[in-house]
Amino acid sequence: MNKTAQNLGFGFLYLTMFVTIGFLALIIFFILARGSQVLSWQFLTAAPRSGMTAGGVAPAIIGTLYLTAGAIIFALPLGLCCAIYLCEYSPKGFIVNIIRISIHNLAGVPSVVFGLFGLAIFVNYFKFGVSILSGSLTLGILVLPMIISASQEALTALPQSLREASLALGATKWQTIKKIVLPGALPGILTGVILSVGRIAGETAPILFTAASFYLKGYPKSVFSEVMVLPYHIYALMTEGTHPEKQTAIAYGCSVILLILILLVSFIAILIRQKQRGYQNG
Amino acid sequence: MVKQVKIKAENIDFYYGKHQTLKNINLQLYTNRVTAIIGPSGCGKSTFLRLINRMNELVPHSRVSGRILFDGLNIFDPKVDPVQIRRRAGMVFQKPNPFPKSIYENISYGLEVNNMTDKRYIEEKVIDSLKKSALWNEVKDRLKDSALRLSGGQQQRLCIARCLAVEPEVILFDEPCASLDPISTGKIEELILELKQDYTIVIVTHNMQQAARVADYTAFFLLGEMIEYSDTQHIFTAPHDPRTEAYITGRFG
Amino acid sequence: MKINIKEKIYKWIFTVFAFASLLFLVGITVILVKESLPLFQKIKFMDFFFGKLWYPTYDPPEFGIFPLISASFWIMLGALFICVPLGIGSALYLNELAGFQQKAILKPVIEILAGIPSIVYGFFGMAILSPFLQKTFHLSTGLCALSASIVLGIMATPTICSLADDALSYVPQSFREASFAVGADRWQTLTRVIIPAAGSGISTAIILGMSRIIGETMTVLMVSGGAAVMLKSFFDPVRPMTAAIAAEMGESPMGSDHYHALFAIALILFGLTFILNIVAELISRRFRIKLGMSR
Repeated sequence: MNKTAQNLGFGFLYLTMFVTIGFLALIIFFILARGSQVLSWQFLTAAPRSGMTAGGVAPAIIGTLYLTAGAIIFALPLGLCCAIYLCEYSPKGFIVNIIRISIHNLAGVPSVVFGLFGLAIFVNYFKFGVSILSGSLTLGILVLPMIISASQEALTALPQSLREASLALGATKWQTIKKIVLPGALPGILTGVILSVGRIAGETAPILFTAASFYLKGYPKSVFSEVMVLPYHIYALMTEGTHPEKQTAIAYGCSVILLILILLVSFIAILIRQKQRGYQNG
Repeated sequence: MVKQVKIKAENIDFYYGKHQTLKNINLQLYTNRVTAIIGPSGCGKSTFLRLINRMNELVPHSRVSGRILFDGLNIFDPKVDPVQIRRRAGMVFQKPNPFPKSIYENISYGLEVNNMTDKRYIEEKVIDSLKKSALWNEVKDRLKDSALRLSGGQQQRLCIARCLAVEPEVILFDEPCASLDPISTGKIEELILELKQDYTIVIVTHNMQQAARVADYTAFFLLGEMIEYSDTQHIFTAPHDPRTEAYITGRFG
Repeated sequence: MKINIKEKIYKWIFTVFAFASLLFLVGITVILVKESLPLFQKIKFMDFFFGKLWYPTYDPPEFGIFPLISASFWIMLGALFICVPLGIGSALYLNELAGFQQKAILKPVIEILAGIPSIVYGFFGMAILSPFLQKTFHLSTGLCALSASIVLGIMATPTICSLADDALSYVPQSFREASFAVGADRWQTLTRVIIPAAGSGISTAIILGMSRIIGETMTVLMVSGGAAVMLKSFFDPVRPMTAAIAAEMGESPMGSDHYHALFAIALILFGLTFILNIVAELISRRFRIKLGMSR
């Protein structure tokens, strides 16, 4: 009797895992299979032609790179400083709790709300317009909690004994942070940054009204230019396109590029983590 | 040689949160002598050691009262920078904790953070410290290797060398042999006896034989109180307090 | 003395930057409130919230967001039907049945899957799932509440699985051993000891999953069909809150009532996810205390 319950129960668990992985494998398989037919050197390096029905998506790739780099440049110093404060300086107490709670909550804000915030603040109030700058700042705020948590994790993983050894030698707190803590936590921080890159590159809602443009002639000229961006390009092709049969294929291509980017980024992060583990053990 | 007081603790109370871990400690440590602090775990011996170089400030919710005079200077005086104290009182920890850097960099680090820029002086000092800590012959050909590749005993001697390089006046050993094998332990003990020519040494230890072997003076701590303090010979042969006797004859702890 | 000043400056820099998150959170709140207030000078909040007609560009316009709220709610409910059993089940699988080696592969795979951008899921829903549903159920359009629920459900599964797995792995091994020691089998141990012990951690995972689903934008924008009417069946096209904001913000002139109405929707959305996150935080704090962990 008991045995039956156990077998049924475990059978169900097997099934859920199988279905979960199956669904996701299916999605990835469909997109990779159909999208890889579109991929070519020309697709990656050429600009769109003939009303977005032919040519490549190079401007969108470049635009994604700009926005991602911009967001990291903005969020990394901010997030790292915050993590250093929380891990190295903060006396545990009320204020730190407030900061922690606000980080958690910022992480849970829907991405479209970030988009509206960026629109109201950067585009309209600061008059940056729909631009790389506005988009990068918006994405930077979105990814800030992620960078903070990753950095915090990296900092707390560093043994306390190293900090003590440094302080006991008469190093000041800042010397200890600069020469012992940060170098030691670097791989962990790097992993966080890489994963953040994956997150930002795929975000669409925050840049809908702050940076993205469906079609542009040529490449952006300054941080105040609008840009074409991969995820937005997929959306636009699928919803605003006029030649679905040709444009769906291009959207497949863009999805594959995004997927490969995400898989690559995750893979690198895992590699760094493993190398780090090997180093700590050996 | 005349006994000179290097460090004098007066009425030290220490609280961790509401819990009092040190109760009215009065103790004098003498120049060029080895003083051992023994007692069962949780007796406050490490806490006391970490007060001498103000490492306990890293623990949140801790509070100290009383004075520790370092050559007559009250180290808890608000005007005193803990960094200055730590430069004068080096520390060797329970578990060897070399930085994940090269052997050379481990030792030069202390000099660099003390604003030493003269490359030649640093190099001399590194070699000198390695020689003093009896590690030179084992590592002289691989100073660029990662310190993490050394054995546990070698790592601990490297930590001692690292501490010597900044020329402290006092060296605080916090159970330095707790994680080492007997041979490495022997080497460290030998080293401690040599170092006392130049330094004032305090060693916290679990191991009574170790205290008997290296220390000139021994203090026995129990539950945050200092029960007895006198020369080592005396403590181990004719303790005044029955609790000391119980501890050294192995009846508890 | 000079060193001391330098140290203090650094400490100040870090302290100031530490407040960035708080600043942005407050900033978002202030902006949302400020930009939605003008609307509430014209219509009552109750009419806005419970109004059944959303015709923001008619003359005169109607700003009733109840259809949008109900669309968000039903789609979330549908998605939960998929992602809760799948996510929790696979988390239990990871913890109970997967061997060490299997887990070492599956766990990172699940985490990678959780990182796939929503636009890709949206694209999948649009290009593959909805044509399939349309054919199978003979619908007029495959872009409907059902497809949105399915895609969101699949999408939230790795997130819930990952969070629930963390919660399960916090349960001390000693609980399991104690249960085995009194003769319970693995299934009994799982259902009577492990799951109750990790219960609040698992509910945190579900709540965070809800928060993620309700705030998800691109997927529903592409897949849900976009009709701002009350949902009668899961095969109807609908327009959830996030989709309304994303689709209409581009067309609404800045400073118009429509513009303010969209900010007001965002404010409600923000409030909703904020509450969900706080609840999750409170539960997980109690969970940690229950298992005797410091924070």
